Amino acid sequence: MDRVKRTLAPYLLVLPGGLWLLLFFAVPMVTMLSLSLQEGDIVNGFVFTGHWQNYTESLADYQTQLIRSLVYGAITSIVLIVLAFPVAYWIAFYGGKKKATYLFLIMLPFFVSFVLRTISWRMLLTDDGVLLHPLKSAGVLPDDFQVLGSSSAVVFGLVYSFLPFMVLPIYVALERIDPRVVEAARDLYASPMTSFRKVIFPLALPGVFAGVLMTFVPASSDYVNSELLGSSETTMIGQVIQAKFLSNSDYPSASALSFTLMAVLLIGVFAYARALGTEDVMKVAAR
Amino acid sequence: MFPTDKPSPSLLRGMTQSRLGRRDALRLGGLSAMGAFLAACGVEGKGKPQASIAPDAVAKFWSGKTQSGKLNFANWPLYMDPKKPELKKFTTKTGIQVKYDEVIQEMGPWFAKVQPQLSAGQSIGYDLMVITNSIQFGQFRDSGFLAPLDHSKLPNYAANAAKSYAASSYDPGNVFSIPYASGITGIAYDPSKIKEPVTSLADLWNPKYKGKVGMFKDLQELGNFGLLAAGLDPSKSDETSWKQAAAKLKEQKDGGLVRNYYDQSYVDALGKGEVWITQAWSGDIFQKNVSDGTNFKFVIPSEGGTIWTDNMAIPVTAENPVDAITLMDFLYDLENATTLAEYINYVCPVPGAQAQMKKHAAAASGEDKDFLLSVADSPLVFPGDAEYKRLHYYVNFNTAEEKNDFERVFQPIVLG
Repeated sequence: MDRVKRTLAPYLLVLPGGLWLLLFFAVPMVTMLSLSLQEGDIVNGFVFTGHWQNYTESLADYQTQLIRSLVYGAITSIVLIVLAFPVAYWIAFYGGKKKATYLFLIMLPFFVSFVLRTISWRMLLTDDGVLLHPLKSAGVLPDDFQVLGSSSAVVFGLVYSFLPFMVLPIYVALERIDPRVVEAARDLYASPMTSFRKVIFPLALPGVFAGVLMTFVPASSDYVNSELLGSSETTMIGQVIQAKFLSNSDYPSASALSFTLMAVLLIGVFAYARALGTEDVMKVAAR
Repeated sequence: MFPTDKPSPSLLRGMTQSRLGRRDALRLGGLSAMGAFLAACGVEGKGKPQASIAPDAVAKFWSGKTQSGKLNFANWPLYMDPKKPELKKFTTKTGIQVKYDEVIQEMGPWFAKVQPQLSAGQSIGYDLMVITNSIQFGQFRDSGFLAPLDHSKLPNYAANAAKSYAASSYDPGNVFSIPYASGITGIAYDPSKIKEPVTSLADLWNPKYKGKVGMFKDLQELGNFGLLAAGLDPSKSDETSWKQAAAKLKEQKDGGLVRNYYDQSYVDALGKGEVWITQAWSGDIFQKNVSDGTNFKFVIPSEGGTIWTDNMAIPVTAENPVDAITLMDFLYDLENATTLAEYINYVCPVPGAQAQMKKHAAAASGEDKDFLLSVADSPLVFPGDAEYKRLHYYVNFNTAEEKNDFERVFQPIVLG
């Protein structure tokens, strides 16, 4: 009896989560895949054709937005590494007893709704807002100067939104470094720069990888920042998918675009993991 | 043209409750609403009957249906006085209990939400809903999701409604719906930035306002203005004219004139100086001026503007359709239509409400009196013949293919 219990235990443990995933992840995914291969309209119904034309057509129409999203996502991730690494480094090695407080401060903005914070940026950065209006009146900036509506505004918003998701994993990786390893490097006459380059940074790479994973993917598919801070010149693929789903009821091409985006992101992430050369980098990142 | 210059304290008081929520929703749903508007315009051009139903459909639907004493009403936010005086009166008079929910925020998502239940022949939990004459209106209608109305149960409607609504292109003869309220899409501008008076659509293409022009994201609204600016009649438009209109809009966009394509947020953008001149909905500008003390102007362009209508309709799977149609007619009672319009401030479908509102104003005093008079005299609540002549409905689509073509022509302008 005990043996039966022991054999069943792992399955029973995985059952609730497994069922949940099956119902709310696997089933919608399959439905969406099927939808992406259908044709028709909402009134007369969609019929399965098995043709890939939704993919080719929507990609032909919206490749600019897809590429733009990936570029924004990549720039966001790079800027984030540059910004987050020093912060994480400082907290990990010089934070002392207040580490938890500093980390809490990094997380603090996240206690306010993400959309609300983005709207606040909109109010701050707007043409006649508190930031630009005084500068324009003082003649520092030309009257028609604007921040909102540009690619930089969107990337700025993305960087701001995802900063903690880069700081935290890098911090965790740095935190875990045994100080004696760094001391050993110094004992072997490595300069601070060399010990950083040859010891600390490589050991922090899994954290950077996790950070990129947690920022590049959501940043590329984000649509709130572009919607609120951008213009029609900064449209991202998430906005296209949203418009197709909700406004046009064009479920097949919306599904096709979603799958395309997912495939591109997966390929990108795996290529990145491969390029880093750490086979079990995913495992480390997952820890 | 609208008394926006001096917001009187009464106005302020009357308008403390901002209706932005609903307009936000409308703006978000704008894409679809635009589609419906355009859809509505195309009827005559295509020469095809929009709503062909079997002659006995009305009798078939209503036979055996009786009043049940309760009713569920789905409406947009802030589309009725929060105290619901009209509904209370209705319950006192008829004994029918009304559950009123402000659940409709955007047409696209609303259709997407109820479509599966309606397709399966199940009740959506509502017996009466208010839907814009958008692309989705056509989808509701063509899918057979709307109950045909028994006009013998609508005597107040027959007596009091403006006759023009029966000739609408999205529901000719009011087979499936009767109007709840309408609104006008025109041009709003900030007179502190733009000194010369704005009168024409050409002003949205004026290079002097480069980067300061706002257009709507809603494809019907955008497409309609493109068509009018290109000198084309939305009601007689086809794919060739859509492409001409799109070229006109593309020229505006490529010239760097357009700051952005907005949903409801255009009001905010106007307030913050992001745009100086923009496509706008009549009611918003009125409310913005009253609530924030701004002095924006709203004009119906000389080439014409757009009119859209929110309509009451009964889902075909409604459990209490008799109660629903009773309420529909009740809201067309002259007094009820008047009090409703006094709160909503969009175009009232009952012309007689204007005189009635003036009577209410005469009986009132002080701030209330000023407020009621300003609403009663507003051409944006009670447009005259001159205004109506310049207003166009959305382009109408006879087939799903036309709708898809339309979206494919105009969508790339918004999603650059």
